[in-house]
Amino acid sequence: MRILLTVLYIFLGIGVIFNGLGSIGLLRFPDVYTRLHATTKNTTFGSIFTCLAVIIFSFYQLHMTKDSKFLVLALHTFLALVCLIITNPTGAHAIARAAHRSGVMPKQAVIDQLKEAKLQ
Amino acid sequence: MNEFFGIFIIPGGLLLIFMLLSLIRLILGPTVPDRIVALDTMNTLVVAGMILVGAAFEEVIYVDVAIVYAVLSYIGTLYVAKYLEGGPKK
Repeated sequence: MRILLTVLYIFLGIGVIFNGLGSIGLLRFPDVYTRLHATTKNTTFGSIFTCLAVIIFSFYQLHMTKDSKFLVLALHTFLALVCLIITNPTGAHAIARAAHRSGVMPKQAVIDQLKEAKLQ
Repeated sequence: MNEFFGIFIIPGGLLLIFMLLSLIRLILGPTVPDRIVALDTMNTLVVAGMILVGAAFEEVIYVDVAIVYAVLSYIGTLYVAKYLEGGPKK
């Protein structure tokens, strides 16, 4: 019980701290690419740890109460985690590509070497 | 309520505060991609928070809603990004 509580506190703490850093980075960074860099990686990492905490809790409750509801909870949380891991980087890549093609430059940028390379 | 309720509902409340912080960027954002990034962040936080609420109340239906929300918000993000990108290449 004590070990379970320690593991849950550590995992939920890591998850909440990284999600918070992502939100603060979204507010503080200067342009869209750095904001994307801050939010996507931090929220994905934090969500992995909160989902792992839920899965560990579900297996503990399954072991203690022998209720099949907790097995379903663990499996569906794992499925949601897989959806999140697959969709989050792909969406971030699409946003960055759309931002570059719509002409948003990074702050303090002078030349755009990617566009020059594509024109040739 | 069981003894694990507070352990899971307090991080859920903190995630709600982070969603409100992202909402500030979604309202302020100077360009359109900034707003899309803020929306994407809010979607991820909603999924994570909904899983935490499902664990707190020990109900599986919240987690099912989180799965569907993850997939549909991903499609929404891709759709807006594709719209922003413009038509076929000239």
